[in-house]
Amino acid sequence: MVSKKKKKYSSGEGAQFMTRKAALKKLQLTLKDFRRICILKGIYPREPRNRKRAQKGAGGIKTLYHTKDIKFLLHEPIIWKLRELKVYQQRIRRARAMKKYGQMKKYFRDYPDMNIDHIVKERYPTFVDALRDLDDCLTLCFLFSTFPSLRRVPRDQSLLCRRLTVEFMHAVIAAKALRYVFVSVKGYYYQAEFEGQTITWIVPHHFAFQPQSKDDVDFKIMSTFVEFYITMLGFVNFKLYHSLNLVYPPKLTSGFSSKSDKDLIDERAYVSERIAAMNIPLVKLSGVGETEEVPEIDIFNTEDDPQKLEEAKLEAEKIKKLKTLFDGIKFYINREVPREPLVFLIRCFGGQVSWDRDHFVGATFDESDESIAYQIVDRPSMEKQYLSRYYVQPQWVFDSVNARTLLPINKYLMGAVLPPHLSPFVDKTKDQVYIPPEQRALNDPEFKPLDDDDDDGEIEEASDEDEADQSDKESEIDAEEALAKQYQEEVKQDSSSDEDEEDDTNSEKKKLAKEKKKAMAVTSGVPHKEHPYLKEIEDKQAFRLREKLVRKKHRNLYKSMKAGQEKRKKEIWLLRKKRRLHDEKVKEEKKTEKRKQKMQALEAACS
Amino acid sequence: MPPYKEGLKRKIDQKAKVPTSKTESEEKDNWPEKDEELIQSVLDGDNDDVTDSEHEEAGESASDNEQDGVLFNDSADSTLGEDVSADSASDESSELTDSEDDDTEESEEGDDDERRDNDSTETESVDSGAESGASGVGQSNNESDKVTQPTKGKHKKQKVKQIKEQAAKSSIDALADKIKETSVTIKPVEQKDEYEEGDSSDEEDRVVTTGEVPTWWYRDYPHLGYDLDGRRIMKPPQRDQIDQFLQKCSDPEFWRTVRDPRTGQDVVLSAADLRLLQRLRASMLPDAAHDDYQPWVEWFSREVLATPLRAFPEPKSSFLPSRSEQQQISKIVHALKMGWTKTRRELAKERRKKKEKKFYNLWGSTTNEDEEKLRGIHKHIPAPKRPLPTHAESYNPPPEYLLDEKEMKEWNALSETPWRRKYTFLPTAHGSLRAVPAYERFVRERFLRCLDLYLAPRALRMRLTINAEDLVPKLPSPRELRPFPTSEALVMRGHTGLVRCVDFDPSGQYAISGGDDGTVRVWETSTGRCVQSAAAGAAVASVAWGPARGLALAAAAAGARLLLLAPGGRVGAARAAAATDRLLAAAPPAHDVAMDERTAACVRWEEVSAEDWQRGVRVLVSHFKPVAHVCWHGRGDYVAATVRDATRGVLVHQLSRRRSQLPFARCRGLVQCTLFHPTKPLLFVATQRAVRVYDLVKQELVRKLQPGAQWISAMAIHPAGDNLLVASYDRKCMWFDLQLSPQPYQTLRLHGKAVRSVTFHPRYPLFASAGDDPYIVVSHGMVYNDLLQNPLLVPLKQLAGGAARDGLCVLQLRFHPTQPWLLAACADGTLRLYT
Repeated sequence: MVSKKKKKYSSGEGAQFMTRKAALKKLQLTLKDFRRICILKGIYPREPRNRKRAQKGAGGIKTLYHTKDIKFLLHEPIIWKLRELKVYQQRIRRARAMKKYGQMKKYFRDYPDMNIDHIVKERYPTFVDALRDLDDCLTLCFLFSTFPSLRRVPRDQSLLCRRLTVEFMHAVIAAKALRYVFVSVKGYYYQAEFEGQTITWIVPHHFAFQPQSKDDVDFKIMSTFVEFYITMLGFVNFKLYHSLNLVYPPKLTSGFSSKSDKDLIDERAYVSERIAAMNIPLVKLSGVGETEEVPEIDIFNTEDDPQKLEEAKLEAEKIKKLKTLFDGIKFYINREVPREPLVFLIRCFGGQVSWDRDHFVGATFDESDESIAYQIVDRPSMEKQYLSRYYVQPQWVFDSVNARTLLPINKYLMGAVLPPHLSPFVDKTKDQVYIPPEQRALNDPEFKPLDDDDDDGEIEEASDEDEADQSDKESEIDAEEALAKQYQEEVKQDSSSDEDEEDDTNSEKKKLAKEKKKAMAVTSGVPHKEHPYLKEIEDKQAFRLREKLVRKKHRNLYKSMKAGQEKRKKEIWLLRKKRRLHDEKVKEEKKTEKRKQKMQALEAACS
Repeated sequence: MPPYKEGLKRKIDQKAKVPTSKTESEEKDNWPEKDEELIQSVLDGDNDDVTDSEHEEAGESASDNEQDGVLFNDSADSTLGEDVSADSASDESSELTDSEDDDTEESEEGDDDERRDNDSTETESVDSGAESGASGVGQSNNESDKVTQPTKGKHKKQKVKQIKEQAAKSSIDALADKIKETSVTIKPVEQKDEYEEGDSSDEEDRVVTTGEVPTWWYRDYPHLGYDLDGRRIMKPPQRDQIDQFLQKCSDPEFWRTVRDPRTGQDVVLSAADLRLLQRLRASMLPDAAHDDYQPWVEWFSREVLATPLRAFPEPKSSFLPSRSEQQQISKIVHALKMGWTKTRRELAKERRKKKEKKFYNLWGSTTNEDEEKLRGIHKHIPAPKRPLPTHAESYNPPPEYLLDEKEMKEWNALSETPWRRKYTFLPTAHGSLRAVPAYERFVRERFLRCLDLYLAPRALRMRLTINAEDLVPKLPSPRELRPFPTSEALVMRGHTGLVRCVDFDPSGQYAISGGDDGTVRVWETSTGRCVQSAAAGAAVASVAWGPARGLALAAAAAGARLLLLAPGGRVGAARAAAATDRLLAAAPPAHDVAMDERTAACVRWEEVSAEDWQRGVRVLVSHFKPVAHVCWHGRGDYVAATVRDATRGVLVHQLSRRRSQLPFARCRGLVQCTLFHPTKPLLFVATQRAVRVYDLVKQELVRKLQPGAQWISAMAIHPAGDNLLVASYDRKCMWFDLQLSPQPYQTLRLHGKAVRSVTFHPRYPLFASAGDDPYIVVSHGMVYNDLLQNPLLVPLKQLAGGAARDGLCVLQLRFHPTQPWLLAACADGTLRLYT
């Protein structure tokens, strides 16, 4: 018997992957439909371990899909739906060609829609899975909610996006789930926490939609994504409302029903509707207690790391505090302030908010209300001011939320130059991260900000280190020399008195020698004291030698890791340097200003 | 009707129409107006004419169209008309002739008759006899023909002339009047009859009285059919080809003569017919008078006219509700009430409702079984989340994140390749929140993210959680491995060129060095003073102090000569020096010195001159080629010299017997250096790539070590004899454990450039290596007695060597025999002692 010869690529990596072309052939779909189904089903190409083998020996770089993924698509019922749609479109096309416009209109009216609920369930078997993947969904939906009527985007999509995003924001308000907010040049970053999953999304600034060239953006693809995301977000919203004991769908203002097409035209009206809707608490399901139970953290003794547990406890406490940050505080938003993020934040943390009744709908109280604690203004000055309230800039709200406490308002008063707005998302636990002095000041109250005059030592020291680092990179000898020099200086500094002593000792030695001859005596020995700088140099040298013993296998990895470290170090150094220069400049300016004032005062006094 | 009658009648008609014909002659071809006039005139005269004329044309056109057809069932009437026209045409022709010769009217007519006799005498007779009714029609036709025949101007003129003449001839008129009276008396009766039958003008020109019968019924009969009285109507005589031809020759009208298949008669087409045919052939409208583009008059418009077009009153039914409609409506209303049907609005609403997305608790009742049942993506790799924003992205970032001028320049320079920029956005500080504009790349960025999600290939990559420091081997700190040389203690200057080689004496009190300046110098270790200097005569490549305790003897390779020097009484113990001198003063007996020819060709033991003796040279061996390397056997009796030669690379000299050996018949490759094992009778020979170990007793190759280096530069053996260190020009040092494999136990890449020298400390677990880079590396090399424990190699200290010269820095290293001191021969002409 002659055994059959095994064909190449019939097993192993060659059989595992499929090029896109092969997939199209197998699925009997056009590229357009394939793209759509891939987006809906969440199928993506894979990077093979060995590309050459995976491509069955073909050169170049091809889009490879896992064979099992394609087989998985093969059983998908919406493939048939896609084929039916194709036929339907042909029908429409025919009607148009035959100029049967009535027929065509009817076809358009009865255009079959695809039901993709089962795909949501399939892609996210549990609710937590869906929450984990909500970032892109929310960002895209928020973006689409600002879109006008576009050629390739069905009109109901952007309407539905509006409805769903507002519903989601209401859910966040009701659950008090918001954790961080960050105003970036791209938009507002929000981070919320549901069921232990952090969800970060971006809401663009106003007028986010700008006409895009065809090469830049293909709205059809985005629309297909949105098609899925809408379904997903709807179900997530339902579940969220369900878990919060709220009625779904909530009764919002009329602006969100699909009937009114007028807000497609007037985005401003829509936005103000949305904000007004946010200011109204949702209807709770009847028969449910108002008080929310906050589960206490169970303490397990088996926990290895008591420090971690402590941290977790602290964090929980902070979050608890954050949830009631604005409880019972009344805010009034001036009309020049972008209201949406502020209303969302204030409502999220329990505050009450209102705005100018004449300009926008949905105001709950007037400016003349004496119980208003904070008025948020974004203009340099105001004519009529109430004594009973603080006039703060909007950044105060954002920074307070990120700091999880009401920050002192002195830096944020009306007309003040604002301190920098920092990102709350920078991981502080990582090493080699630049922390701006403002944040350091926040983290530990003892740290004095660099603006203060008497705090130069810190910078100097830091710069010294940096310089050392720098020179270190440039040349090893230089480093050593520098260090040696420093050492010598230090030695000089701290042993200027020693030398005197030495002289003394020299003279004393002779005496002692004489004395020794006279009386042999044992003096207590002086322990050898190694200078820390020298020690450091030695250690560094030793380490550098040891570095050379890194195994050949790991040498490149080690080098690249080192290079990365160096790069980060350099970045930090650069930032520090820039900051230092900036601060010095500011200080100088201040000084000249002061001097000028003094001079002026003097002149005034003289004259 | 007899032809003369016709002619008379025509004349009368003409008379009646004198004024019109005049106008005709004036206007010539102005058709439409003429037609109108004609119509008018006809109206003036009698109605028959109008209908006739119209009909004739229609009939002719019909016949024209259907000439090919055999049967004329449907258009029987029109064919009749045609018949008439044919008659009239013939009449016309006759008339024309008439007009030409007025005087002989009668005769002409007679001629006419005669001419006609040829073809249609019988029909004529039939006509005249039987068809009294038809004759009237024929007359009227004639009249119309008369009117509608203005093509030829010549004819017209003639007609005008005729009329004038006719007016003149009263006698003829009188006769004609008589005839007219008779005919008139007949005519009205016939006409009446016709109109009484019906109002339709179709039946007017019924000429053939055979009935609506297909002609083929009478195909085989001589007659055509029957008239009212049941008499046969005979077919006109059929002509054969010859007749046809003759006719063609004789008859000038033959070209316009066609045969009527219905009656079988020849019909001469009139000028009007021809014109009609022409128009049809040119695919113009048959009626030239018809205006295709008349202004449209909107008679029935929404405007209420003062005088309505239809003046009859509304019928009663229009005031009464329709019963059937009422029933239908009530049916629909009932259906609506019962909910069986829906209004259009309701339907639209329903449709809209159906299209609205419905959300429910999708994750409401999940059990584990359900989850298991669900298929998912194979080995799903979730998409990585976008990195969270840093401080730089803030609308009001800390000032250090804003780009300064230099960075801004760089930013602008990369405008062509924006992906190389540090950020995707330009960090900008906005004074207030209301001043923040929309981010213009937002949509694009989201789109790119979408593309990433469905188009970017995904793979699982292990993220390294280790620190870079973890990759560095954990070794004991140098501080724990003291003592080792840590700093430069002495610099011995004296050589003027490179110092090639250096060695300590066995006690460590003195050091000997040789260099390119051709001197061998002896130094005191403790002070760094040059004790003695001797010229060797050539550049010294290698020096080595003899290991024998009792002797004070050093070997130096100067060019091709190997010198054995005694440093003399000033150096070291005087007794030992004396002993050496004594030993070497006398040559051994000659029989002992015998060497084979091959060796003798290479080496010559020379007599030392007195002068040289004075200089300290005790033995002088000259080689056939320059000596590169010298090494002593542990006992001090043998010296191995390496010569740069392919076959005779290694020479071993025995001092006691003053003889030499060539241990190898041939060497594999160029020998770099040789080394004696400290305890065993083994010789290590390093060629460029490999180190071979030979057993000197058995005289065989024991093993071959493969360091994997390109070019070996030096070797050193551990004092215990189990470990070998090999240095190579490709920057490596290889540590061999001789009890293990022929591959190196560890390869040390401690240097940035070629390594030229390695050495072991005889006492301490130290070794050092140096080369062309400015550092000497001192390392800890601990060898354990326990065979299971591998040697521990720890680099301890980098010592700065002398300044580099010609790309060389340190040429040789030697450890002090007892102290942890290191002596380096440097390229800048110094010896440096590190303690």
